Amino acid sequence: MSTPILEARDLTRVFRVGGFGNRHNLHAVDDANFVINESEIVALVGESGSGKSTIARLLAQVYKPTSGEILFQGTPLSQLRSRHDQMRYRAAVPMVFQDPFSSLNPSYPVSHGILRGLKLHRADLDSEGRRAELERVAEVVGLTPAREVLEKYPHEMSGGQRQRVGFAQALVYKPKVILADEPVSMLDISIRIGLLNVMAKLRDEEHVSQLYITHDIASARYVADRMMVMYAGRVAESGPVEEVLQAPQHPYTQLLVAAVPDPRAKQTMTAKQAAGEPPKVIDPKPGCRFADRCPLVKDVCRRVTPPLLQLQPGHEVACHVAAENAGRAEESMGAAA
Amino acid sequence: MSESNVTVRATASEDATGDETLDSVPLLEVHRLTVVYDTPTGPVIAVDNIDLTVNRGEFVGVVGESGCGKSTMLFGIAQLLSPPARISAGEVLFRGRNLVTMNDKQLAPVRWQNLSVVMQSAMNALNPVQRIGAQYADTMKAHGASNKAEIRTRSEEVLGMVGIDKIHLDSYPHQLSGGMRQRAMIAMALLFTPELIIMDEPTSALDVVAQRSLMLQIKELQHQLGFAVLFVTHDMSLVSHFSDRLLVMYAGQAAEFGETRTVFDTPAHPYSKGLLEAFPSLRGPKVPLVGIPGSPPALSAMPPGCRYEPRCPLAYADCKTVKPELYEVNGVLARCLLYSPHNRPKTSTEPDDTTPTEGKP
Repeated sequence: MSTPILEARDLTRVFRVGGFGNRHNLHAVDDANFVINESEIVALVGESGSGKSTIARLLAQVYKPTSGEILFQGTPLSQLRSRHDQMRYRAAVPMVFQDPFSSLNPSYPVSHGILRGLKLHRADLDSEGRRAELERVAEVVGLTPAREVLEKYPHEMSGGQRQRVGFAQALVYKPKVILADEPVSMLDISIRIGLLNVMAKLRDEEHVSQLYITHDIASARYVADRMMVMYAGRVAESGPVEEVLQAPQHPYTQLLVAAVPDPRAKQTMTAKQAAGEPPKVIDPKPGCRFADRCPLVKDVCRRVTPPLLQLQPGHEVACHVAAENAGRAEESMGAAA
Repeated sequence: MSESNVTVRATASEDATGDETLDSVPLLEVHRLTVVYDTPTGPVIAVDNIDLTVNRGEFVGVVGESGCGKSTMLFGIAQLLSPPARISAGEVLFRGRNLVTMNDKQLAPVRWQNLSVVMQSAMNALNPVQRIGAQYADTMKAHGASNKAEIRTRSEEVLGMVGIDKIHLDSYPHQLSGGMRQRAMIAMALLFTPELIIMDEPTSALDVVAQRSLMLQIKELQHQLGFAVLFVTHDMSLVSHFSDRLLVMYAGQAAEFGETRTVFDTPAHPYSKGLLEAFPSLRGPKVPLVGIPGSPPALSAMPPGCRYEPRCPLAYADCKTVKPELYEVNGVLARCLLYSPHNRPKTSTEPDDTTPTEGKP
């Protein structure tokens, strides 16, 4: 297989919280390992506070990792020293934000922001070329008629249109991976699908990979190729989206799948199963972070942190019980097995 | 805009009380409620002639896109509207008394004791500089409780009902997680065991697991305590397993109203159908979806005919000019000309006859 576009190796981010004399370490992301390949949408799902957005911000270089490394097309980001290299990375991995109401400058028509990006990152284009590219990306994301729509101010647009502007803005950089942090969660149900279809189109026609951060699992299934499930700062499970959803291995993924409201299916969950909340990961001790809510919990789960093991091709799970069922208890539990 | 709702109302309340047992008067009856916003260019209608009944112990869901008037309607029912919004017509009968004509002094004893409201954002609804327990005590004192020990006991009791440890009575709102805050709000609404709790998107800030846990908890409490719930959400699938009846709103009007199961299994209005089909499923084959193209009309520029016509895949010529009423179909009410006895597609011989006859069942 060719080099992945983005790769995270043992990516960890710790925030220091608390004041003088009461300092603690909040582990937002711990030992995350994943890749994003060419032309694929990877969904990153999990509860709020599970570290999804921290991963996006680490990839966008808003935060520096506490430890671990991000590789872009095989090159560690820590080796991108020159401004030119930095700019190239930023153009290749742009971000689309959750709130289309506050992420656009209200005092300019929406073409302004897109054109500025073009000027900065596409020195190869002259003024006419920029205009043409501007209209092309607007058409791609479904802002038609482009000429007219682009001269509107953000307040004249609907939420769905504004979020399309967000994608257009990312697309002019000729990106490799778009980091989309909950891009549809603020939109109405009836227009969400339109935007998800735009995301699929960007993958299929523009060959742009995307990291789709969401807590809406059904939409992740609709658009994504692979899925990563996070719990309390750790990757719990990752694999092909159908496999993860139809045969979830990690008890947390099972809980998550069961919690999704589905009018077409019978409701099976009880209040007791759904109770509990993800822990705040402050100064964590070893052990599985889901142990306190897990129906399958064993003694070892509270002592040994389960590593992410590939139990089927391309399908990784961090759970002692799942590993044991697959006959790989020793790898998972180490000496404790 | 307000022709002939008399018949519609009659059908709605018959429908609601038909299979209900001996309780003769529904707990809440909303009759032709209309809410307008006064603007410099004249009033715009945000909630248009809504008829709604909630029976004792019933769970009624209200769904629709943002801007369709769901929350405005709730505020209208709870008498919480503030200018420029005002109720321009209609009545809200709660336990047989019209809330619209009551003044604040008359409303005060009804609030909390008989009817309570849970708001969307618990962080904004709770006082950030007061402990949870103090806020509960405030509410109880305002309604005549004075014994400190009693107040404490009751506060602990309601907090226990929603599954929060009583030590959190001494916590500030920011010390609770989003799910706990929302549950603390619900506990507060339960202080006097009201007959009706109005909930405005209480779960929308929560993730799926917390959301599901809260819904199950509400349902369990409802079984225990027997209160009725009027539940507003934009997430139609959320209420599918929880509500008894469902009101689908579009552009300020009722688009469809009926048994939740019927609406989900055989949606009559094209809008309900569109909303349902806009949800990707977790199971079954993956099918390409289209959502509903376009966006809801502006309140100030309503289409002259059916308000859904510009977005409707089934629209035909009459839909542009004829205002649909609520018609009965399969036991639910749907505001769509497809079900009108007078305006059928292609055979529209009486395009001008927009009002159903008064004798209609």
